[in-house]
Amino acid sequence: MTPVRKKRLLLILALVAGVGIALALVLQAFNQNMMFYYAPKEIKAGKAPANHDFRVGGLVVKGSMQRDKQSLEVRFDVTDLTETVTVSYTGILPDLFREGQGIIARGKLLPDGVIEASEVLAKHDENYMPPEVASSLPQTPPKEAK
Amino acid sequence: MISILTRWFHRLASPVWFYRIAGKLLPWLWALFALLLVTGLYGGLVTAPADYQQGDSFRIIYVHVPAAWLSMFVYMVMAVSGAIALIWRIKLAEMVLVSCAPIGASFTFIALVTGALWGKPMWGAWWVWDARLTSELILLFLYLGVIGLYNAIEDKRMASRAVAILALVGIVNIPIIHYSVEWWNTLHQGATVTKFDKPSIHIDMLIPLLLMAGAFKVFFVISLLLRTRNELLERELPRQWVKQLVEENAND
Repeated sequence: MTPVRKKRLLLILALVAGVGIALALVLQAFNQNMMFYYAPKEIKAGKAPANHDFRVGGLVVKGSMQRDKQSLEVRFDVTDLTETVTVSYTGILPDLFREGQGIIARGKLLPDGVIEASEVLAKHDENYMPPEVASSLPQTPPKEAK
Repeated sequence: MISILTRWFHRLASPVWFYRIAGKLLPWLWALFALLLVTGLYGGLVTAPADYQQGDSFRIIYVHVPAAWLSMFVYMVMAVSGAIALIWRIKLAEMVLVSCAPIGASFTFIALVTGALWGKPMWGAWWVWDARLTSELILLFLYLGVIGLYNAIEDKRMASRAVAILALVGIVNIPIIHYSVEWWNTLHQGATVTKFDKPSIHIDMLIPLLLMAGAFKVFFVISLLLRTRNELLERELPRQWVKQLVEENAND
């Protein structure tokens, strides 16, 4: 490699490294904002913002779902397997919503500790298999609620 | 060994040689693409079982995932060509660089659209601003930036150099896209296939996915060769070999 080319190569490496470091620092600084949702544990620890909307993510606790007879309101508990918070929501739930499923709800924390959600999204994990295989697996709690 | 490699490198960089060899390769690539596409689509749409959670809706994976993989792969090819163009000033590398951008932009667009179509029924939302979706959108803007910048500068050799720098700066986005689902909480699922553990997808579903990924990759190579040949003819129009080529074709 000629000296000129070597110099250009070093310049390019320096450019990519510089931009990379700058971006890593920016991402580090904004780390909290990059989180799409909070786990119930973090909410219980008071890390969730008090005065504006945030998202909570976790698994819907089996047997916790209550539907209101008169309206579309539902109440269910969301857990990360250590802490649990209650979510109330009025509206149509996505197809994948079921007990035991990972979900993400956006809303406000009410003074009584219930999250009043304006949006509920279902999260699915990275496993793909036919139903026969899924039913033959031993029942283990999904690992996505970390 | 090294000398053989460098000689091969320089021959490949010669426009005339590249034009002829690409022309010979193209029919074979088309055949391979057709084979992979037909088997992949048949496997994905017919023989693969329905998913235990998502039912038949998961089958959009056979377009979404290959397109998303390619959107990143094409960017890597583009950035590496950019580095070669900057360091060795090889004209062919410049042409590969600018030919990659529209192809990569298309794959990114397909990945975003199929992702939205998949997200609406499954998640309940067309779009969310999570780290994976946002970084993929930034990738689309990087491709559009490359296309725009190249067309904004009159002198094409100068334009190629400017574009190469942009492409190299944007490369920091690629690891962010890939690791976004690990580094941050996202609505998008984690990696199914490209992780160190064994893939968490049933083998009957995985094989068509890999076939489709192969088909998409071959299609990328085909479109890259076509675009690069085109770019080559346009830039080398006054040259003797292009005139010869035109005369040859006129006689056929």
